[in-house]
Amino acid sequence: MSDSDFLLKNVVTSDGTPIDLEVREHRIARIGNTLTSDLPSIDGDGAMVLPGLVDLHTHLREPGKENSETVLSGSQAAVKGGYTALSAMANTSPVADTAGVVEQVARLGKEAGLCDVFPIGAVTVGLKGESLAELSAMAQSAARVRIFSDDGNCISDPLLMRRALEYVKAFGGVIAQHAQDPLLTVGSQMNEGVVSSRLGLKGWPSVAEESIIARDILMAHYVQSRLHICHLTTKGGVELVRWAKGQGIAVTAEVTPHHLMLTDDLAESYDPIYKVNPPLRTKVDVQALREGLADGTIDIVATDHAPHPAEDKDCEWSAAAFGMIGLETALSVVAKAMIESGLMDWQTLALRMSTTPALIGGYEDHGTIEVGKPANIIVVDTSSTWTVDRNKLSSRSSNTPFHDFTLPARVTHTFFRGVHVLGNGQLTGRKYE
Amino acid sequence: MHSPHLLSVKDLSKSEALEVLDTARELSRITDGAIKKLPTLRGRTVVNLFFEDSTRTRLSFEAAAKRLSAEVINFSAKGSSVSKGESLKDTAQTLEAMGAELMIIRHPTSGSAQRLAESGWVNAHIVNAGDGMHEHPTQALLDAYTIRSHFPEHDRDFTGLRIGIVGDILHSRVARSNVLLLTALGAQVVLIGPPTLIPIGAISWPVDISYSLDAEIGTLDAIMMLRVQSERMTDAFFPTEREYARDFGLGTERLKALKRSAIIMHPGPMNRGLEISAASADSPQSVILEQVANGVLVRMAILYLLMGGTPIPTEGVLV
Repeated sequence: MSDSDFLLKNVVTSDGTPIDLEVREHRIARIGNTLTSDLPSIDGDGAMVLPGLVDLHTHLREPGKENSETVLSGSQAAVKGGYTALSAMANTSPVADTAGVVEQVARLGKEAGLCDVFPIGAVTVGLKGESLAELSAMAQSAARVRIFSDDGNCISDPLLMRRALEYVKAFGGVIAQHAQDPLLTVGSQMNEGVVSSRLGLKGWPSVAEESIIARDILMAHYVQSRLHICHLTTKGGVELVRWAKGQGIAVTAEVTPHHLMLTDDLAESYDPIYKVNPPLRTKVDVQALREGLADGTIDIVATDHAPHPAEDKDCEWSAAAFGMIGLETALSVVAKAMIESGLMDWQTLALRMSTTPALIGGYEDHGTIEVGKPANIIVVDTSSTWTVDRNKLSSRSSNTPFHDFTLPARVTHTFFRGVHVLGNGQLTGRKYE
Repeated sequence: MHSPHLLSVKDLSKSEALEVLDTARELSRITDGAIKKLPTLRGRTVVNLFFEDSTRTRLSFEAAAKRLSAEVINFSAKGSSVSKGESLKDTAQTLEAMGAELMIIRHPTSGSAQRLAESGWVNAHIVNAGDGMHEHPTQALLDAYTIRSHFPEHDRDFTGLRIGIVGDILHSRVARSNVLLLTALGAQVVLIGPPTLIPIGAISWPVDISYSLDAEIGTLDAIMMLRVQSERMTDAFFPTEREYARDFGLGTERLKALKRSAIIMHPGPMNRGLEISAASADSPQSVILEQVANGVLVRMAILYLLMGGTPIPTEGVLV
């Protein structure tokens, strides 16, 4: 018996079925109603058990920008937010465009031992959009990279995008595109529309996102490869993805929690806490994103957790960095936007935040609660609320737009490969070795 | 004024805007004679915080402050610590530590004045002297003052006046502030320019939009020509200067098409021969130099109303 063997009692599944779960040797050993066991038990108090959440879009900043986040601090934030798997974006310094860097990130994740950290590899050398990085080497490295992205930059060169989509077919990879036509968004600060026109901030037209999505959908179809679209933000984008899925094209898409909740009206304050790439859009877009997530047009929620040091936000809008943190608030924001609004149930939320992202990333140890699989599970108190305090987050940065928001659903327990890394909402100090 | 700052025309109700204009007129009456200087802000310190070159606006504020006997500190970004990477926050806090009670800020990025006022960095009054493409509220006030002085029957209300703003609306803080103020005062505003230089969101503004100056010219009581920045010409907003001037310049033919009672305005500095011909700029209908003079008065009024100086003397006081 390992010291992480236990019986989780008195929890319900996302469809409300009461169950007990026995975990032995880091794996789910038994699932049943009122199990008895010789193992120490943890009482779930009737809360909901879900598969650990899986994020396909996390900026962990290490190596290079450890003043904003590290793999360890990001892992701590993840565990508090109910995540058992993260995907570390490639825009670090140095860029994760070689086997060496992705292996370093993977090793830092293992050392932290709080959740799985899967590195994402850059598509192009230095994220410059000029020549392909050694994608195969990253795929074959110890980090076993399958998702490739230049996130932060769009792969705008159509020929390079075609080559990337084709090339990763050799090892079952997927290209995650940051859809933003660079020429249509030079100097852009916020969504182009009524608000930007009034505020005199350079607009970021929705068509700059949608034209790339349209192009890449057609390209993915043409070369018969997989395309993943990062952080969808516009109604038009949702409609394009819906059309593509209707055609049987292998496209998947994500939406962030903040784009499900916030609109560009917030820029009226000129407070750069609301400055994010892609930008907050309009009410009409938010509604379309919610509907798209509910009906499955949008496959998953991804955080785009983007930590920045205080000085990069405590300044005028145009001087500020783009980005928001999200790991610790994602589940609650999605619960508020999607479940309280009646658009989605908890079973669907588990699909969008755990099962489907695990499938897209090929993260076989995550996404389901099944006998024999690693015990990556969380317990969520869906009936209580909490108030976000940016000063009490585990992330090294505090750039959350949800400070002072009272949100539903608290993550009370997180088990990573059976190890009880979060208990009663607090980090336990334990880790998987 | 209910706000401690002037960040946007939106900070002013219609009655407050009229109060500013009335105060400016009162100041004009008092300083019209031998007395050019009032003691109302004696011992008080204002700072001109200019992160963008604008000699005329800075001089106008400086003249306004000095005529009210305030101390003026001039800060300009060139050759200062800003070029060494000091932030707006640090710069403003440094100047406040030197005693600045009111900061007049000119900044190349939109929202900087509001950010300075609302971020909690400083306690000083903030006056927006132009922030990026956002607003330039004292320019709108001086424009309204100028219009009012030529249409005395519209002293309290601009209803019935049709005012054209011509040119690069997209990048113009002058246009944004004027749309807000002139429509609040009751005027009918028409924005005139090529579609590339009209903001997408302007369809929601309480204005008319026209792509033809010739179609509008005869209907206007005041025409406000905006400066065309040279960088717009390299950024495909219009093909050539010549084509722009032909379609949207105030040249000789259009000068003839103007109503005799209409006034010609320009916030300066002018590109003579591009958006305005020399004949138009120097015509008897041009009020461009009055605008400059009125700018000092309106800025005096703003400083006075925000800083709550001693009452304006009704009789002459020598300083």
